[in-house]
Amino acid sequence: MLQIKKINVSVEGKPILSDINLELKTGEVVALMGPNGSGKSSLAYTLAGHPKYLVDKGKMFLDEKEITGLTPNERAILGLFLANQAPVAIPGLGIKSFLWQIYKKFESEKRMDLVKFRNWLDEEADKLQLKNGLLDRGLNDGFSGGERKKMEVLQMLVSKPKYIILDEIDSGLDVDALKIIALRVKRMVKDNKVGVLVITHYSRILKYLKADKVVIIEKGKVKEIGGMELVEKIEDKGFEEKK
Amino acid sequence: MSRFAPIKEENKKKKWEKSPYEYGFSSPEKYVFKSKRGLNEEVVRMISSMKSEDKKMRDFRLESYKIFLEKSMPTWGADLSTIDFNNIFYYVKAAKNEGKKWADVPKEIKDTYDKLGIPEAEKAYLGGVKAQYESEVIYGSLLKRLRDKGIIFCGMDEALAKYPDLVWSHFGKIVPKGDNKFAALNSAVWSGGSFIYVPKGVKVDLPLQAYFRINTQNMGQFERTLIIVDEGAFVHYVEGCTAPIYTTDSLHAAVVEIWIGKGARCRYTTIQNWSTNVYNLVTKRAWVEENGVMEWVDGNLGSKINMKYPSVILAGKGAHGEILSVAVAGKGQHQDAGGKCIHLAENTTSRIISKSISLNGGRSSYRGLIQMNKGAKNSRSKVVCDALILDKESRSDTYPTNKIMESEVTLEHEATVSKIGEEQLFYLMSRGFEEHEAEAMVVNGFIEPIVKELPMEYSVELNRLISLQMEGSVG
Repeated sequence: MLQIKKINVSVEGKPILSDINLELKTGEVVALMGPNGSGKSSLAYTLAGHPKYLVDKGKMFLDEKEITGLTPNERAILGLFLANQAPVAIPGLGIKSFLWQIYKKFESEKRMDLVKFRNWLDEEADKLQLKNGLLDRGLNDGFSGGERKKMEVLQMLVSKPKYIILDEIDSGLDVDALKIIALRVKRMVKDNKVGVLVITHYSRILKYLKADKVVIIEKGKVKEIGGMELVEKIEDKGFEEKK
Repeated sequence: MSRFAPIKEENKKKKWEKSPYEYGFSSPEKYVFKSKRGLNEEVVRMISSMKSEDKKMRDFRLESYKIFLEKSMPTWGADLSTIDFNNIFYYVKAAKNEGKKWADVPKEIKDTYDKLGIPEAEKAYLGGVKAQYESEVIYGSLLKRLRDKGIIFCGMDEALAKYPDLVWSHFGKIVPKGDNKFAALNSAVWSGGSFIYVPKGVKVDLPLQAYFRINTQNMGQFERTLIIVDEGAFVHYVEGCTAPIYTTDSLHAAVVEIWIGKGARCRYTTIQNWSTNVYNLVTKRAWVEENGVMEWVDGNLGSKINMKYPSVILAGKGAHGEILSVAVAGKGQHQDAGGKCIHLAENTTSRIISKSISLNGGRSSYRGLIQMNKGAKNSRSKVVCDALILDKESRSDTYPTNKIMESEVTLEHEATVSKIGEEQLFYLMSRGFEEHEAEAMVVNGFIEPIVKELPMEYSVELNRLISLQMEGSVG
């Protein structure tokens, strides 16, 4: 279980999250929703260990191991994966060799050899409908928004995390790409019992990836917790109406 | 302390203890001959007589020594004021003869090269090898099938004795003895280095490699290399250099001259990894005839102060010159590197790509010259210099010079300076990589356009060396 207990976070001295509690079990999908600037993405960065997000109070646990204070890589090794809202480009860093290095980090037993791995990679890239030849380029270098998001999914498949945070993965995606990504994640939940925290502004991704729990935050605080009915409410009235 | 969430105390210590320079070991000093410290006319004469040279070369040396004394220290580049010419050993001979088999090489020296992996590399992918230890070449080989094609690959001293006319046809003509203070010094006290001759139309399919090693403290190594690539021929020459870590400084001042005939091509790859107590002040220049091609691939990782600007003189119509330069400046290092392209003839083209990385308070500078003489019509040149700065303590500068005396030419210049962003590091770390691994990934990506030009074995080595330097840098 991924647990956040009474966490308070600030950026450059400015408080942005207060007293947040959240739980995510394996095999569970939790939607985290809220208006712009409510602190959704801040929570994602805090969970992953971004240096700008200072934890002033509270603790975070991954399978009962405290992760507050661990470096981002230490958290990743424990099985936490953040699919970034705006993945950066690393020119010259060949994608295939990068993914191979990730794979070697996470798969110690039953490892495929390089040839098998590459074939498997090509298949997965095909399923995600990534353009041919894209994997021969530098990481995210010159990629469109949608291609970057699909690269996040590919990295996720390679590192086989226990808990995934999808930080507005639906932003800037067309309907087809959104469906492909959502269904791929859904399969990971089913096959690998991955826990998913879906951070989103809109309900459309939740059509394909049903949430077991919906958490609404506003102004850095948990406002409401419920089921999919909350999503319908938001669809009808928007966030602002709920005040 | 990491910028990212605190790193455990025990991990931190381990990182600091690791020495980033793995070739810093030294071997016992056992010498056949070692000159006294310091330089005077007697030392110059002694070197000449040790080599049983004729009057012509002896006079060349003595004239050069005079020029060396007359010339003032260059002050336009890196700080050279700390070089103490009187504290240097100018000539050290470690073995009686050049071995043709590794078994002929004295054990301590052979052990050194074993540690450096040279005999292994030779077996795997090289056409020939020269190993220079201190002042002399101590080992040399060339595949029989290459010898049979008329290729000559030998030490400079041997070449001077066996092929004096061929040597003198270009020796000291591409880099004249009065070119600069350190070229004059080299011309006076030069010893060792490679001589290569590739006959007309012969293409050498495997790289020839030279490996330079300094072992003695306060050593001065002054090898002299001359490569002649005759019409339509091709050769790829690779050199590597390392030295032990001492607390006092050594000096490496080499001269490299290359002559490229009509339609011929030469690629010269350097992976300079001297220890950080070596001054590396090297003059490298190629003369290119009609439709010839010269390519310098210059990797500078080591040394305390490095001043090196491989040059091409595009003398014949349609000649092409290319300089790909990578410099990594770490703690206490100043990498002053770049390139020069001088266009003398019509339709000549050149390209300089320079990539520098500064970290841990290191300083890198790009210094370059593009000159287009009157008559170099329709010539084109492109310069790209990119700098990557890893921390606030480090520095990068660019000093480009253009001398354009012909109007019908094209010149492009692009320069970028970037820093490794926290976002890039966070992104890679959140994929499971340590901070130093993430840094190395960004850095290796940055130099990838040049690394891909290297033969596989060397690109792997260069990436590995850079990763090693990163590993020692994060604390």
